[in-house]
Amino acid sequence: MNNCTERIYNGLVKENPTFVLMLGMCPTLAVTTSAVNGVGMGLSTTVVLVLSNMLISMLRKIIPDSVRMPAFIVVVASFVTIVQFLLEGFVPSLYDSLGLYIPLIVVNCIILGRAESYASKNPVLPSIFDGIGMGLGFTVGLTAIGIVREFIGTGAVFGQQILPLADAAAGKGGYVPVTIFILPPGAFLVLAFLVALQNKVKNNAAKKGKKVPESAGCGEGCASCGNSACGGKVFPTGNEK
Amino acid sequence: MSENKLKMSSSPHIRSKVTSANIMLYVTIALLPASAFGIWNFGMSALVTLICTTASAVLTEYIYEKLMHKKITVDDFSAVVTGLLLGLNMPASAPWWMGVIGGIFAILIVKQLFGGLGQNFMNPALGARCFLLISFTSQMTTFVYDGVTGPTPLAQLKSGEAVDSMSMLLGRIPGTIGETSVIAIIIGAIFLILMGVIDLRIPGTYIATFVVFIGIFGHFANPDVGFFDPQYITAHLCGGGLMLGAWFMATDYVTSPITKRGQIVYGMLLGILTGLFRLFGGSAEGVSYAIIISNLIVPLIERVTLPKPFGKGGEK
Repeated sequence: MNNCTERIYNGLVKENPTFVLMLGMCPTLAVTTSAVNGVGMGLSTTVVLVLSNMLISMLRKIIPDSVRMPAFIVVVASFVTIVQFLLEGFVPSLYDSLGLYIPLIVVNCIILGRAESYASKNPVLPSIFDGIGMGLGFTVGLTAIGIVREFIGTGAVFGQQILPLADAAAGKGGYVPVTIFILPPGAFLVLAFLVALQNKVKNNAAKKGKKVPESAGCGEGCASCGNSACGGKVFPTGNEK
Repeated sequence: MSENKLKMSSSPHIRSKVTSANIMLYVTIALLPASAFGIWNFGMSALVTLICTTASAVLTEYIYEKLMHKKITVDDFSAVVTGLLLGLNMPASAPWWMGVIGGIFAILIVKQLFGGLGQNFMNPALGARCFLLISFTSQMTTFVYDGVTGPTPLAQLKSGEAVDSMSMLLGRIPGTIGETSVIAIIIGAIFLILMGVIDLRIPGTYIATFVVFIGIFGHFANPDVGFFDPQYITAHLCGGGLMLGAWFMATDYVTSPITKRGQIVYGMLLGILTGLFRLFGGSAEGVSYAIIISNLIVPLIERVTLPKPFGKGGEK
């Protein structure tokens, strides 16, 4: 089971498809005009990813290597069609705003990438969790971008108006939305800033992690160490550079 | 002894005294006539806009470089020029915070994130202007003049109305703060040419190409206008941001080609794009978009117009 939680951590943080692998940029940039769209797109992709990973992992010994790509595509396309009909039937408003990008899930490189690099080589259970992890990572990425864009671009979050809008005609002061953020350039700006922020957080974490290098050979911290010969030098504070 | 004066180093041995700081200072001085006219023409709100854009550009540059532990380059005036140009490209009626946002965007995103002065791929002032134009379209295209909100002469021209070329030359028309007075801009441009900061190559080809383009295609955009109608061409030359753009923004060293042939190609591209946007585009003005699009093509232009070093190429 440890392997399964590791897969989820991997998808959410270590190899987050949006912020680290930079996969599936087309839906990332195109549909994240609002937080709801981001969640909708992320969850649809997650569902397809989990199911396709599961089925491909089951069939991995049956599918001949030379035709694996067409086989994967057929599997993925079937699930996308199911998801598309379900969305159209139960959440038509979301279906309308995602539009073309639902059928395009078929060619989303996250899904084919996971099928090729993970599901086709690993047992069913880890593959399912790999799908969940990657899918949630994608959802988190899209939702984060969607929230920022929607907030700056319209002053709302998940459709709820947080900042009251200015109304020049009525002479009422308030928030003037920065429209560019719900237009394509805003997607690039927000993505870039979120990736930068994420790298910053990661670098800081990595620096902290360095404080106790595994190769030091003395496991614990200096305080509990009887060997004074090293003078505490095996534990660089990370400030040297 | 003369030994102290001899520098033992590799070439170059003779260095020009020209620095970024004094070029940028000259540009700032050259922008003053247009700024002064804008303040006189539009009143104190123009001054407030100019101060907001300039102060926010300079402050952003200082804070960013301080935080990133870089060399502070505020004293080279480049941020002042960016802020001032941005202010001159905004309507006086724009609220003050818009100028502040524009200044921050110009310096932080267009300039510093790409590596600071000399590394930006796009004119920071124009990048920020287009950012504001797309974000706050109504505030950026509402021009109040003498207390009345009216269309700019270019918009009137586009809808086929007659315009007064004389007041356009003087600048007694609605528009952005710095673009209205052709005379004030030309005074600044002459100063820059005399000081050797800019040469005629880019603005000259830009304006010449634009005149030819408008002369030929003006008829197709507006059937009432004949080929090379002098009245129509003058109105187009004096209206909008063409003069400000051609003399002050297309000539930006960082975002224009270095090669001489490249500068001519760049000028022609600007002229054609501006004409295209003005005659056949959705809005009446297109100088800023023409310049930033051409900025993006500059690396390609430089690549194909790179001169051959002496002794290279030719017959084998």
